[in-house]
Amino acid sequence: MTDARLRRRKIVNGLMFSLTAACTIACLAVLFVILGYIVYHGAAALDWSFLTRLPKPVGEPGGGIANAMVGSAKIVALAAVLGVPVGVLGAVYLHEFGHNRIGFVIRYAADLLNGMPSIVIGVFAYGLIVLPMKRFSALAGSAALAVIMIPIVLRSTEEFLRLVPASLREAGLALGVPRWKVILLVVIPSAWGGILTGILLAVSRIAGESAPLIFTAFGNRFWDNGWLNPMSALPLTIYTYAISPYEDWHRQAWAAAMVLVLVVLAGNVLARLLMRGGRGASNA
Amino acid sequence: MSDERTYSILEARGLSAGYGSGDAIRNVNMHFYDKRITAIIGPSGCGKSTLIRCLNRMHEEIPGTQVRGVVALSERNIFHMDPVRLRRQVGMVFQRPNPFPTMSIFRNVAAGLILNGLRGERSLAEVVETSLRQAALFDEVKDKLDQPALNLSGGQQQRLCIARALAVEPKVLLLDEPCSALDPIATAKIEELLLQLKDQLTIVMVTHNMQQAARVSDWTGFMLMGELVEFGRTDEIFTTPRDPRTQDYITGRFG
Ligand SMILES: Nc1ncnc2c1ncn2[C@@H]1O[C@H](COP(=O)(O)OP(=O)(O)OP(=O)(O)O)[C@@H](O)[C@H]1O
Ligand SMILES: [Mg+2]
Repeated sequence: MTDARLRRRKIVNGLMFSLTAACTIACLAVLFVILGYIVYHGAAALDWSFLTRLPKPVGEPGGGIANAMVGSAKIVALAAVLGVPVGVLGAVYLHEFGHNRIGFVIRYAADLLNGMPSIVIGVFAYGLIVLPMKRFSALAGSAALAVIMIPIVLRSTEEFLRLVPASLREAGLALGVPRWKVILLVVIPSAWGGILTGILLAVSRIAGESAPLIFTAFGNRFWDNGWLNPMSALPLTIYTYAISPYEDWHRQAWAAAMVLVLVVLAGNVLARLLMRGGRGASNA
Repeated sequence: MSDERTYSILEARGLSAGYGSGDAIRNVNMHFYDKRITAIIGPSGCGKSTLIRCLNRMHEEIPGTQVRGVVALSERNIFHMDPVRLRRQVGMVFQRPNPFPTMSIFRNVAAGLILNGLRGERSLAEVVETSLRQAALFDEVKDKLDQPALNLSGGQQQRLCIARALAVEPKVLLLDEPCSALDPIATAKIEELLLQLKDQLTIVMVTHNMQQAARVSDWTGFMLMGELVEFGRTDEIFTTPRDPRTQDYITGRFG
């Protein structure tokens, strides 16, 4: 090889390396700029009373987001109760019986649903639950979030079920254990760490959704009156406060955003830790 | 050709099986005698695993398989039996040790009983101890029964899998190359153990290792390209084979 060619290769190599490194840095930079910006604006308004108080009446400065935090937790919890069993059991079905056209169609539908804009799902819940019941309700919000959650849980659970070696299932079947028991007591426990991780990631994803809640859970400036009534949620508070004309509300929107981001981040980190823990346990 | 001191507990009659495109085994006729060890030998890809999996219908776990012919367990066609009940009578040990990773040693052995909710006269602890003793593993693990099964060595894991299969008290135990992932010492232990188990149950073993077949089996079937070329007493197969292809294989001329 001639020296000139070698030099050219080195230059191209160097260029490509810098390019990829620059793109990586750009990716990370966006994340950190967002985080930094939120913390910069949010930390100022964040204190204990902000977390423990109800919102003040419009016009009065101060107040907190206690009801929104509780509301978010309740709406997301109900969404998980509705969505997780459907997603997990659906994944079991796909994994066991989905090696045909039906399986292909279900997977494809799940991926389409996954790509569906969340506001469309909100409209769907509005038409299907809010209008017939003639009321905004936390239930409708949870249902919308559950619909968003199902395809995520379905696909991630199926991925992790797929990672369970066929030899384990065969070991169970060869002992004369019925198929459903093998799935329930051998296959799912072996994939449990991963399944839980997928569930947590889906939960942190829906915890940050605001669009599907706007015309379902609607929001509420007080403690909620149960599942069949409007309920506050962090993303709704952020949305309402951010588009308001009041300086003090902008401040609170930042602080609420910071709380939400921290919670979602914590969920993500927990999910990763669990994943590692789960892997470790099955390797131990 | 038969074994005058025992009877055929399991029998393949005109058995053919395949994976969608063509047959992997063709028209296999074979007897498995009660409380005897039968070895199935033959070059890679000749259909040994396919045959042995048909014997407790584990082939059904591979999508697209089809079977013709009959396998009879005590004169009952297994293809008309409930596969779950069949597999409690005809257990299987696989090539790679596959203990349940989420379970302790104890629970692995007891798994068949726990998962099936079977509780006989004997306590779980008794069954586990007996099975581990039968698998010549008890002394090595008796102090760590509650440790994860994956902490054991490969050879120990394989004996654990044998113990697990024995715990449900099958009449027939199928082993598909049980020693191919093991070193010679672990292999010797398993061979010894099979010879001891012969008093209690019928053993069918696939092996690549002709010395192993000669050492442990009473009967041997030699397969080639999906056909059972020759089946007979192990000493006869290895000393005076009738088919020239068997002769070639056992003298190492091919395969
Ligand atoms: N899952 C499968 N799908 C399609 N064909 C298969 C499958 N398993 C085995 N076969 C084919 O069936 C034939 C017999 O395979 P089998 O696994 O029974 O051979 P074997 O004698 O056990 O070989 P080895 O000694 O390598 O384990 C081979 O030609 C193989 O290609
Ligand atoms: Mg094989």
